[in-house]
Amino acid sequence: MLALQVRDLVKTYPNGVQALRGLDLDVPQGEFFALLGPNGAGKTTLIGIITSLVNKTAGEVRVFGHDLGREAAAARACVGVVPQEININYWDSVQNIVTTQAGFYGMTPRRARSRAETCLRRLQLWDRRRDSGRSLSGGMKRRLMIARALVHEPRLLILDEPTAGVDIEIRRSMWDLLRELNEAGTTIILTTHYLEEAECLCRHVAIIDHGRIVERDAMARVLRKLHAETFVLNLREVVTAAPALPGYDVRHLDDHQLEVEVTKDQDLNGVFAALSAAGLHVISMRNKANRLEELFMRLTAREGATRAVEEA
Amino acid sequence: MSLRTQVVALHTLVRKEYTRVFRIWVQTLVPPAVTTALYFLIFGNVIGRRIGPMDGFDYAQFIAPGLIMMQVITNAYGNVVSSFFSAKMQRHLEELLVAPMATWTIVLGYTVGGVLRGLGVATAVTAVALVFTRLHITHVLVTFSVIVLTAFVFSLGGLINAILATNFDDVSIVPAFVLTPLSYLGGVFYSIDLLPEFARRLSLANPILYMVNAFRYGMLGVSDVGIGTAYAIILGFAAVLFATCMLLIHRGTGIRT
Ligand SMILES: Nc1ncnc2c1ncn2[C@@H]1O[C@H](COP(=O)(O)OP(=O)(O)OP(=O)(O)O)[C@@H](O)[C@H]1O
Ligand SMILES: [Mg+2]
Repeated sequence: MLALQVRDLVKTYPNGVQALRGLDLDVPQGEFFALLGPNGAGKTTLIGIITSLVNKTAGEVRVFGHDLGREAAAARACVGVVPQEININYWDSVQNIVTTQAGFYGMTPRRARSRAETCLRRLQLWDRRRDSGRSLSGGMKRRLMIARALVHEPRLLILDEPTAGVDIEIRRSMWDLLRELNEAGTTIILTTHYLEEAECLCRHVAIIDHGRIVERDAMARVLRKLHAETFVLNLREVVTAAPALPGYDVRHLDDHQLEVEVTKDQDLNGVFAALSAAGLHVISMRNKANRLEELFMRLTAREGATRAVEEA
Repeated sequence: MSLRTQVVALHTLVRKEYTRVFRIWVQTLVPPAVTTALYFLIFGNVIGRRIGPMDGFDYAQFIAPGLIMMQVITNAYGNVVSSFFSAKMQRHLEELLVAPMATWTIVLGYTVGGVLRGLGVATAVTAVALVFTRLHITHVLVTFSVIVLTAFVFSLGGLINAILATNFDDVSIVPAFVLTPLSYLGGVFYSIDLLPEFARRLSLANPILYMVNAFRYGMLGVSDVGIGTAYAIILGFAAVLFATCMLLIHRGTGIRT
């Protein structure tokens, strides 16, 4: 069963901006899905259409088989959303905000109160339940929006940059929560600009650029498509220039650091062997960029480049 | 979604609305009472004595129904405008839009909130009126139904205003330039029979005239217009405005990009 099925989705805003240009996307049930893309790619617009906040211009969206146009209520009942922009009532109390949202989904007051409590405890906000939305810190507001999105136990949870402005400790605990929810059967779609977050949480990824999907595959397969990786090596010896390693592209960074590009059909053993032969010792090593980040940069840059050519 | 879901959602929205009204009662219920007290003091006591009876009633008594109605109209309208518009500006209106709420649930939720504010204000203003004059209710059913329907009509009006508004000026224009003039010219302070023929006829085009007179009929038993006509006009407005609200929200005008 598909949790989400998007066909040929087009969105042109009244000011003429074409945010989505015929976007297709399938997300199977149970998936933990990363939706990545540069600023202005159309991620929030897509999420807005799925959650009934934005009217589509053309195309079709189904949520667990329910058509967004004909069975809007049934589709909405399946989805929980954590928006990118804060949209809580600043004058209402934390507890009221979550309980009221439960009521809007049709939960009786008793059940709404108990679900609100569960969710607020999960997001470590129960102690702040009597405070007004306005008095929360930025990260707490984001957690409140997550609690609110979970209150009706949605089958599909969509999070638009949920970890923006959240401290490391809370981010880790959010990751744990999301993993738990996913293991319990909730389909999750996540957008983020922290690519290591996507790489470590999500099993599938779609990269969207200029309103179209430019890559969509299993995370592992997508990463394998990366044809070259760049490593930064720390050396014990002082080097004044890049040593010549046959077949490898080496750059000199400073007295103790080199940068080496290793393509898919090469390996690191070769680098080490050549360095050993030159009498150089590697103390430590790191990826120059996160692997997904590197792929992302290459993909979106390539898209930009081809379009620039097309337009020219 | 099932009717039960809608009823629960409606109840949630209505409760949220009236909790707001009664929590900030100093802002929602006291000002109309103060304004009305001033009207009674000046028009009822000071000037009213010089004016003498109107339609066979004490002047203070004659203006009482209209003054109550005027506050109901302003407050029902204002309640929905400010509640819906601020939800839209603060974006927490999205809480409703993402939920499986039917269009009619949203429309009714906000307008019932406005009607409850209207009834709360009517109670406060009536209590003030009783300090200055004697009041009794001649036709209970007419009195009650006219006040509820009027509050409903103006709540719907407020909702339309809030849906279409894009900034704070847009929400203050209608009350200042439409509601207040129409209320003052709607026979609150005089019987239109006192007007020259031309002005009298013009007054008949003012819907608020029918609401004020129907309400005065309910309380005092006198009216410048036929009660049947009054009901037809009030119900007609309610139906047209309700349909407009349904259409606007269904389309997402002003609330969905
Ligand atoms: N309400 C709106 N009216 C007009 N244009 C809009 C509106 N909302 C978004 N856009 C435009 O649509 C395009 C896509 O925006 P969108 O917010 O979907 O991007 P995004 O992928 O979420 O970006 P980010 O990573 O910055 O959040 C952008 O060019 C944006 O300027
Ligand atoms: Mg966005």
